[in-house]
Amino acid sequence: MSDTAAEATVPRPAQESAIGPRRPPLLAVGPVAWARANLFSSWLSTAVTLALIYLIVRWAMGFVDWAFVNAIWSVPVVNGQAQTQACRALNGAGACWAVVTEKHRFMLFGTYPYEEHWRPALCVLLFIGLYIVSAMRRFWRKELAYIWIGTLTLIGVLMWGGVFGLSYVPQERWGGLVITLILATFGIALAFPLSILVALGRRSRLPAIKALCVLYVELIRGVPLISLLFMASVMFPLFLPEGINIDKLLRAQVAIILFAAAYLAEVVRGGLQALPRGQYEAADALGLSYWQKTGFIILPQALRLVIPPLVNTFIGMFKDTSLVLIIGIFDLLTAGKTAIIEPAWQGFGIEIYVTIGLIYFIFCFAMSRYSQGLEAELNRHRVR
Amino acid sequence: MSDTADPRLLRAPPKKGIRLSWTDERLRGIVWQLLVVGLVGGIIWWLVSNTAHNLEVRRIATGWGFLNREAGLPIGESLIDYNPTNTYSRALLVGVLNTLKVAVVGIILATILGTLIGIARLSKNWLLSRLAATYIEVIRDLPLLLQLLFWYVILQGLPAPRQSLNPMTGVFLSNRGLKLPWVQWQDAHSFALLGLVAGIVATFLYARSARAKRMTDGQPRKVWPVGLGLILGLPLLIWAALGAPWQGDIPALRGFNFQGGLTVTPEYFALLLGLVTYTAGFIAEIVRAGIQSVPQGQWEAAEALGLQRGRIMRQIVLPQALRVIIPPMTSQYLNLTKNSSLAVAIGYQDIVSISNTTLNQTGQAIEGIAIIMAVYLCISLSISLFMNWYNARIALVER
Repeated sequence: MSDTAAEATVPRPAQESAIGPRRPPLLAVGPVAWARANLFSSWLSTAVTLALIYLIVRWAMGFVDWAFVNAIWSVPVVNGQAQTQACRALNGAGACWAVVTEKHRFMLFGTYPYEEHWRPALCVLLFIGLYIVSAMRRFWRKELAYIWIGTLTLIGVLMWGGVFGLSYVPQERWGGLVITLILATFGIALAFPLSILVALGRRSRLPAIKALCVLYVELIRGVPLISLLFMASVMFPLFLPEGINIDKLLRAQVAIILFAAAYLAEVVRGGLQALPRGQYEAADALGLSYWQKTGFIILPQALRLVIPPLVNTFIGMFKDTSLVLIIGIFDLLTAGKTAIIEPAWQGFGIEIYVTIGLIYFIFCFAMSRYSQGLEAELNRHRVR
Repeated sequence: MSDTADPRLLRAPPKKGIRLSWTDERLRGIVWQLLVVGLVGGIIWWLVSNTAHNLEVRRIATGWGFLNREAGLPIGESLIDYNPTNTYSRALLVGVLNTLKVAVVGIILATILGTLIGIARLSKNWLLSRLAATYIEVIRDLPLLLQLLFWYVILQGLPAPRQSLNPMTGVFLSNRGLKLPWVQWQDAHSFALLGLVAGIVATFLYARSARAKRMTDGQPRKVWPVGLGLILGLPLLIWAALGAPWQGDIPALRGFNFQGGLTVTPEYFALLLGLVTYTAGFIAEIVRAGIQSVPQGQWEAAEALGLQRGRIMRQIVLPQALRVIIPPMTSQYLNLTKNSSLAVAIGYQDIVSISNTTLNQTGQAIEGIAIIMAVYLCISLSISLFMNWYNARIALVER
């Protein structure tokens, strides 16, 4: 094959070119040429390509068999007991998606009252809408802060209820995907202002404030999130005066905020450092006070610089909220893990985890694509 | 200031006392600091006094006395001798060693896997490059805890020991973990291991002196024959001198479980698998960015000098790429170590898991969490210090 291909790319004798421009040889353009350059450029490359194609095809066929061909999508339920004999009979040859069909409400909304499920569902949509609005550059104005405050308040009202004819639902009954979104979004929303203060403090000329901020950031970044969550679950009750009891979810939320703030502060500090000194000096020369300088000159530019890493930190936080499983808070992952404790569904963990993974993946992938696109867009003026 | 200088030239700036006015910047600074420190101190004092009161009311003991009490907690795997009658401090030490065991092995494997995937990402082969990119994207967009649970479920779903998978002689994969053949460890092996370490150090020293000599006379000296002799020959010689003991320890099925051999428990295996595959996704991106950060002109210039490809990579490209790679790599190593704390979710007994059991048994929450935090801060600090030292060593020396 390589011989004939080599001949085809050799230019023909010159007399033919007098007739007019000729199309390039078929093998030098188009998909064949592309494959030759990118898949079969050398014997090693060819071997790698063939081996990979073989492995991918084999794996894909096995996966399709497992996930679709042999899969069971629903099982009969007798007296509230799911009959999973058919699934067990597959013996791993096919997926038992029935567990997802049966438990999807539980995974998404936890133990929230069944007839009120529209409320957390609406909250999930509100969260997604909030993310989309925040992602659009046309909304990058002060008003965005009000949109956030408004939406988060609305979500709180919807979840708790007790007003406008909504029945009251205590926090212990919240669960599922909406908890994941609450922990991540409220975590970022409240950690962000704190992180700006800490980042400013870390660059402050006042030694005591600087030392405090450095201590806070390094201490938090030096320990795993789990230790903070344990602290929230077993130590916070000791910190508070007798008689005051804070809900477990709120305690975990506080831990996540403190944790996120330390990481966000480092990102914001990067933006502050990236700003040329001239900006600070020019603001000083205009006679602006420290807070005027920071609010009008420094922060608007510095924050714009760090939007892509901020999104990446948010992705990290979104994934890290799953750690609340360890202290027993009912987020998406905990709900999934709980769903397979029931004897009828024991042993179908893979199906549940694949589904949960898909949900996490959709959120994180959308955010990471957005962050990459944004980075390219913000850097466009630098690329020549 | 030096005493010899002409005092007329070294006039101190006019001393300005702090004016008691809000326009004085120094005064404002002091007031702000007092305010913030006072506020933070006040909050901390309030929390501490609350805690002291609560501890008293709930009759929770404080102090470190529990460390010398009998732990009574069983630990599945341990690098040192341990049984439940040992003290809590011994149990916690086992936990620290288990954390280090997974972190050190994880860092090494993740670096290797990550580098391979990073290079695959840069491959000219489109399929290989896309596959690496897909791997990186998927692995980074899923929570590590989910991946750990997933691996653990898969490992638990393996057949029982009697029907275990047996890919080659002596290797068994079952729901009791991975069984590998091993040798019966004797003193000779320990000495041979010491010899290996000594050989590596000696090779390093020899390479340094060879380079120093080359700088004086320009003669290249081959390092690898000496290195090979020292690294491979020395341990072999020690081992042979001590009678070359070689007693295989091959796992075999007895009854319902395996006897002998090296065991990798499902918990450790799942944790290691999860940590390595997850961190490798991040390391791959770092390696790719590092290699791409070296301008193409460096390759071309080195080729123009007539250097061979391997040499260009080793002596021109890698040293420059490493400067970009090391700082983010450090934070990945730290992340891996901190992420190993997720072991508690799948029942691997690391320091978090053992501290957690300790605090549940003794009720001493503050001490238990303080131990976890102190251990991780120490590990984080040591890794940071080492990597900073390494980074400073390879940093670009500018004028």
